[in-house]
Amino acid sequence: MTIELYRIDDRLIHGQVVVGWGQPLNIGFIALVDDDVASSDWEKELYRMGVPPGVELYFASVEEAAEAMQAWRRDQRPGILLTGDIETMRRLVVAVPDIPAVNVGGVHHRSGRAEKLRYVFLTSEEERGLRALQEGGVVVTAQDVPSARPLPLRELLDGGAQK
Amino acid sequence: MSETPIAIVLGHGRVAEGLVSAVERITGITGRFVALSNEGLGTAEIEELLRARLESTGARVVFTDLPAGSCNFAACRLLRGRPDIAVVTGVNLPALLHFATSGQAVGGAGERGESGSEPVEFRVAEEAAERGASSLRMLRGKPA
Repeated sequence: MTIELYRIDDRLIHGQVVVGWGQPLNIGFIALVDDDVASSDWEKELYRMGVPPGVELYFASVEEAAEAMQAWRRDQRPGILLTGDIETMRRLVVAVPDIPAVNVGGVHHRSGRAEKLRYVFLTSEEERGLRALQEGGVVVTAQDVPSARPLPLRELLDGGAQK
Repeated sequence: MSETPIAIVLGHGRVAEGLVSAVERITGITGRFVALSNEGLGTAEIEELLRARLESTGARVVFTDLPAGSCNFAACRLLRGRPDIAVVTGVNLPALLHFATSGQAVGGAGERGESGSEPVEFRVAEEAAERGASSLRMLRGKPA
């Protein structure tokens, strides 16, 4: 399996992903799983422009990602899979039940969300979504950058032992 | 000397603030740039912040720091349907210094060039991008 990180991050591709995680993992590809992005040529072009040379970019809807997953995992290069929200990751886990762990990397402030960590704000429905992932056997942790301590879900929902 | 803002600098952490502060220290020209950070903001909020500042200042050029960064994606996303705006990615101090000093020729945001086809800032921004890129170099140490 060469998808090293399954990450929920509402900024999708950005500095923490490409540099913060991408450099130490020496990634060769990013799989961006988002129904809206996958159906927008403009968005795809935008992300293609920003990604450094040597990093291949795949765009997929949840349905397409489920079909492509085995091929991505057979890829010899390490990769990162991204979704922009918890619900998309939950749908992906339903379609691909053997996703072992999910990293919550950035869910930012929005009306109706409560602050859990500096970089994680959740609605009660999103909290339930994360609990459902964990109860389904997926290890859920929050960690924005590799040098930070991964916080288990319980600690994340408690607001972190050390914010 | 305080001027009308002619560009927005948008970056990670405090990079924009630091670069703008350095330009002001070096040139004595203040108020030419608006420094913005993506700190703690989601994609939609970065876009909203940038859109509001473009509107309030009339600036036509946005400098961003990292090509694969959320700041750059937010700025580039705003380009759709806005031919009056340009984005320069990979900003550094030499680029901003060029824009600040050459930009003195620009009377105000949105001023048109002689052809009237595009803002004068675009030409200056293009020069600034070239200046910034050519300023990156490496020298190796030599034996005494």
